[in-house]
Amino acid sequence: MGLWRDIKGTLQPFWVTLGYLFKKPATIQYPEEKRTPPPRYRARIVLTRDPDGNERCVACHLCSAACPVDCISMQAAETEDGRRYAAWFRINFTRCIFCGFCAEACPTMAIQMTPDYEICDRDPLNLLHEKQDLLIDGCGKDEEYNFYRHSGIGVVNPRGGNADETPPVDPKALVP
Amino acid sequence: MASILFYILAFVLLAATLLCVTCRNPVHAVIYLVKGFFALALMFYLLGAPLIAAWEVIVYVGAIMVLFLFIIMVLELAPREQPQGPGWKRWVPGLMLAAAVIFCSLLIIFQDPSAASGNPAHFVGPRAFGEALFGRFGLAVEVVSFQLLFAAVGAYYLGRYQPREQDKEETS
Amino acid sequence: MSDLLLSLALILVKLGLIFGVILGMAAYLVLAERKILGRMQLRHGPNRLGPFGLIQPMADVIKLITKEDFMPDQADKWLFLFAPGLTALTALLSFVVVPFAPPLTIFGRELPMVVCDLNIGLLYFLGISSLGVYGVVIGGWASNSKYSLLGAMRSIGQLLSYELAMGLALIPVVLSAKSFSLTDVVMSQADWPNLLKHPVAFLIFLVSIAAESKRTPFDMPEAENEIVGGFHTEYSGMRFGLFFVGEYINLVIIGSMLTVLFLGGWHGPLLPPIVWFAIKVLFVAFCFIWARGTMPRLRYDQLLHLGWKVLIPLALLNLLVTAAVLLAIG
Repeated sequence: MGLWRDIKGTLQPFWVTLGYLFKKPATIQYPEEKRTPPPRYRARIVLTRDPDGNERCVACHLCSAACPVDCISMQAAETEDGRRYAAWFRINFTRCIFCGFCAEACPTMAIQMTPDYEICDRDPLNLLHEKQDLLIDGCGKDEEYNFYRHSGIGVVNPRGGNADETPPVDPKALVP
Repeated sequence: MASILFYILAFVLLAATLLCVTCRNPVHAVIYLVKGFFALALMFYLLGAPLIAAWEVIVYVGAIMVLFLFIIMVLELAPREQPQGPGWKRWVPGLMLAAAVIFCSLLIIFQDPSAASGNPAHFVGPRAFGEALFGRFGLAVEVVSFQLLFAAVGAYYLGRYQPREQDKEETS
Repeated sequence: MSDLLLSLALILVKLGLIFGVILGMAAYLVLAERKILGRMQLRHGPNRLGPFGLIQPMADVIKLITKEDFMPDQADKWLFLFAPGLTALTALLSFVVVPFAPPLTIFGRELPMVVCDLNIGLLYFLGISSLGVYGVVIGGWASNSKYSLLGAMRSIGQLLSYELAMGLALIPVVLSAKSFSLTDVVMSQADWPNLLKHPVAFLIFLVSIAAESKRTPFDMPEAENEIVGGFHTEYSGMRFGLFFVGEYINLVIIGSMLTVLFLGGWHGPLLPPIVWFAIKVLFVAFCFIWARGTMPRLRYDQLLHLGWKVLIPLALLNLLVTAAVLLAIG
C-alpha cells in the first residue's frame, strides 16, 4: 500500500504543475499595466495647505524627530503675526523608507503620505526634494482641518477665541 | 609508426605515474594518474583493442579515480596552504603530458583513415572479446569475480552497523 | 587520399553543424526553462527582450562575458581555470556518437547522419559522461571554499551511486540490439521502441540519467539553498557560464540518449526522421524542466540508498530476466 501511495505522490504533482502551466499568470506587467494603490498607501510625501490656502507646516520639527532615518530637515521661521513656518524644508528621498512616522507625528496634518510611488531617478540629487517640490495646492486627506482654528496661539484669533478652546486660565485670579 | 607512438605513450605513462608518486598534492597526483590512464587506453587502442581502451577510461578514469578523489576529499588530505611558488612551473610537466596524449590521439586519427569512421585496421570487436573472456578464460574470470564477491562481503562485514556496548545498555 | 580528405571534410562539416545546433539549443533551452518554470509558478518569465524574450540568451551571454572573472585567494589557479572548460567540453563531446537521422545517400556516397559511428558508441558515451564529473569535482576542489568542496563531494557520491545502475540498465538494450553501436540500437527499434520492450531498464536509466544531469530531483551538488550553488559557488562570468552551458548541453545529450536508446530514435510515422528525432529530444527536455518545476530536492543519503539498494539490484534482476527471455526466444 505504501508503494502505491508513493507512486501516486510522485506522479500527481506533475499533473498539478501541468495544470498551472496553462493558467493565466498572476503577474502585473508593470510599465504597461499599473495597479491602483489603495488611498492610504504610503509613498511620496507631500506638504499640504490648510483650507484657507496657507501652509499648514508650523516647523515644529516633530517629523524630523520621528524620522528613523533622519531624512527630514527644516529651519523654522516666524511671520510678523507670530505664525511659524518652515524657511526651508527638505526631504531626502534617497534615504526615506516610507514608514509614515512623520505623517503620524505631524500635529497640523501638514506632512502626509500619498499613493504616488514612482519616485525613481537616475540622479540622487534629484531626489532631494525642497519645499517647493513638496508643497501641493490642497488639503490632502482632511479637507476641513485648520490647526490655527483649533489651537492657534494668538495668530488668527486671540488666545482662547477658537470654537473648541477654553479661555486661558488667569493664574492670578485663583489667588485667594 | 605504431612503434614510435607506442614509445611516446610509454614515456608519457611512465612520466605520469612517476609524477603521480612524487607529487605532494594528492589531487594533482590523481590528475597525473588520469593522464597515465589515458596514455594506457591509447596503447590498448594501438594494440587493436578499442573495447579495452573504452573500459580503461570508463572503469579506471571514470570510477576508480573518482573514488580516490572522493576519499581524498572526505579525509581532507589536501594540504591546507598551497605553496605560493612560481605557479606555471609546476604545471609545465602536466601540460606537456596532456599535450603529448592529445597529439598521439590526433596522430592515430589522421594516420589511420579507417579510425575516423570507428573501424581501425586490426581490431578485436566486442563479440570476439566476449567470447574470449567467457569462453577461453571463463574459469579465470569466474574465479576473479568470486574473489571480488568475497571482498565485497568482507567489506560489508567490516563496515556493518554494530550498536556499541553503551548503546545496547541504554536501549535495554 | 582524396577520399580521406572528403570524409574528413564531411566530418568537420557535420561537427560544425552539430556544434552550432547544440549551442543554440542549449541557449534556447535556458530561455525555455525560464519561461516554462515561470508559467508553472504563475509568472511570465523573461519577456522584455524581443517578442516572448527571444533575444534574452544573447543578453545573458553578453552579461556573462562582460562580468568580472573572479578567482578566490589561495585557489588552485590552473585547475580552477581549467575545470569549467572540461565540463563544457565533455558535454559537447558526448554528442559525437548520437545518430540523429538514417544514413543519407548523396552523390552515390552513403553519408551516415552521425559525426562518428563508433562501433562502441555506447561505451564512448558512458566513458565521456563519467569524465564529465571531473570538471565539477576539480572545479569544486580548486575553489578552496567549503561550499564548493561539499558540492564536489556530493557530486562524486552521486556519481558512484547512479553510474553502476546506468551501465547495467543499458545492457538489455545492447542485448536486444546485439551491438554497442548507437545506429544499430536505433535500427533494432524499427518496430517497437525499447521503452515498450524494456520498461524497467527505461525507468532505471531515466532515474540515473536524471541524477547525472544534476537537475532538480537530484541537484544536491549545486543545492542553492543548502550549499549556495555547490561546486560553482566561487565561479563568475563566463567560467560560470561554461558550467551553465555544460548543464544545458547535458540536457540535450540526455534527451538524445533517451531518444536513441529507448524512444526509438528517428523512427516515427508521417514526419521526416530528423523532425521526429527533434520532437522526441525536445519532449524529453520538456519533461526534465517539468520535473524541475514539480519535484523537491532529494536528500543526499536518499539518493545513495536509492542507487545502491533499489536501482542496482533491480537492474541486475532485470538484466537476468531479459537475458533469459532473449535466450528462450532465440
